[in-house]
Amino acid sequence: MKKVDLVVIGGGPAGMAAAVKAKEKGVQDVLILERENNLGGILNQCIHNGFGLHYFGEELTGPEYAARFIDKVHRMNIPYLLETMVLNIDSDKTVTAVNSAEGVFTIKAKSIILAMGCRERTRGALNIPGTRPSGIYTAGTAQKYVNICGYMPGKSVVILGSGDIGLIMARRLALEGAQVKMVCELLPYSSGLTRNIVQCLDDYSIPLRLNHTVIAVHGKERLEGVTVAEVDQDRKPIPETAEFVPCDTLLLSVGLIPENELSRDAGIELDPVTSGPVVDNRMETLVEGIFACGNVAHVHDLVDNVSNESELAGESAAEYILGTNVPDREEAITVKAGNGIRYTVPRIIRKQSLSRNSVKIFFRVADVNRNVKLAARCGNNILLERKKVKVTPGEMETLELKAEDLQEIKAGEELVIEVKTNGEGQ
Amino acid sequence: MPGKKKLVCINCPVGCLIEVTLNGDTISSINGYKCKRGIEYARAECTNPVRIVTSTVKVKNGCLPVVPVKTEKPIPKRLIWDCMKEINRCCVKAPVKIGDVIVENLLDTGINIVATGNVPEAREKNGS
Ligand code: SF4
Repeated sequence: MKKVDLVVIGGGPAGMAAAVKAKEKGVQDVLILERENNLGGILNQCIHNGFGLHYFGEELTGPEYAARFIDKVHRMNIPYLLETMVLNIDSDKTVTAVNSAEGVFTIKAKSIILAMGCRERTRGALNIPGTRPSGIYTAGTAQKYVNICGYMPGKSVVILGSGDIGLIMARRLALEGAQVKMVCELLPYSSGLTRNIVQCLDDYSIPLRLNHTVIAVHGKERLEGVTVAEVDQDRKPIPETAEFVPCDTLLLSVGLIPENELSRDAGIELDPVTSGPVVDNRMETLVEGIFACGNVAHVHDLVDNVSNESELAGESAAEYILGTNVPDREEAITVKAGNGIRYTVPRIIRKQSLSRNSVKIFFRVADVNRNVKLAARCGNNILLERKKVKVTPGEMETLELKAEDLQEIKAGEELVIEVKTNGEGQ
Repeated sequence: MPGKKKLVCINCPVGCLIEVTLNGDTISSINGYKCKRGIEYARAECTNPVRIVTSTVKVKNGCLPVVPVKTEKPIPKRLIWDCMKEINRCCVKAPVKIGDVIVENLLDTGINIVATGNVPEAREKNGS
């Protein structure tokens, strides 16, 4: 059996950043396994701009952002295998993979970094009644058709779900001459970034119908139209508002799910809210020596954050392999998603790893709110509070806590992250 | 007449909510930005709104049929559709590299359209 110090599963932005960092920190023997026929992951089809402003200090398109990391991987001579699919991971860190050159093979790793990214929710996960004609795609599939394969999925389009990819595709298809009729969003607010509503919908006069959903699809061979209806507070369609909208294409942009079949099979505990592995402040999962980063851990809004998080995972894996920082698992603080918070990453802080200056807690709020305070507290002791004019579940928030403040918290105690709305106490 | 205009800065995904106070046509104050790109954006949005346009251009003889491109700098919003016409008229020959100029001086703006991806030549010639 082949032996490798660090196996990185996935050659997208997360995997590349983690591998580069681990090598920089002294791990000589790193191998990236990638399912597609090139590095870069989903960034290769995200041809729009808006990437890299925070990480590189300049605005790049997806392929340009990916290329910077691909260059680093090449310059540092980090080996990678393309068109290689990982079939299984064991908790003892044996990786089974397959490709056409080697067939099925196994690798024994000292450490593994999970960087498989996420995938889109599909119509099946949504249960829209009606026929099953062609012309229904996830937004990401349509994005691949247009931006990589060079063909249009249709001429008149309805988009269900206002996630970022859906918004981006609304503009993309409009630019290529399609008639984008509307974007329907079940919730009273968009899950996409505000900037995308402005520059993808408003700029092109594409209506965003909040509190609306698709209740039926029509057409035999090809999609001929959809029935759209408003929903009430309980998200139940109101029959009187049903309206037939002719279209030949329906795009679904209804959310992303971390791809964790491999993690689950390896016995790695997943967080039911994020669908990603439970991780500590070093991005280590509950299986020692297996780390996770990027969209496989939780779905990010910004690739810049993915890169930073993945570098942290790469550095932690290096410390684990080289034995320079293996914190005692008993000395842990639990991070709890308190009032108004959907989830936090990390969920655990290892006290003995607090040599780094600070710990960033990433989280999403549960509801849209104005004039709130985001707070981190332990018991009645408030460690940090930050005012926000507006919070929405579509935008990830962070609180950066000082290591010295965290040291004050005893092992076994809880650090609560919460939203404080106006007038209310804690 | 003083007036207020609320904008969302689109320069980066943070999407700051910026409030511009206008006195007639002149800007008297700008608030809510997190970095100075926000000031520039707010100023431009009130006078001459601009956008970066990204799309794809056909490639001959490449290992992929299209290459992603962008306007090197933001162009006036009113030129977006003419820009798309130019882009759709284009066809380049592989190999294409990131940064290659695809259209020079787009519509006399002084701005180039450049490739944002690499498309190597197809290994076997398939003519298309
Ligand atoms: S003002 Fe700066 S930080 Fe805010 S959205 Fe604009 S570019 Fe981003």
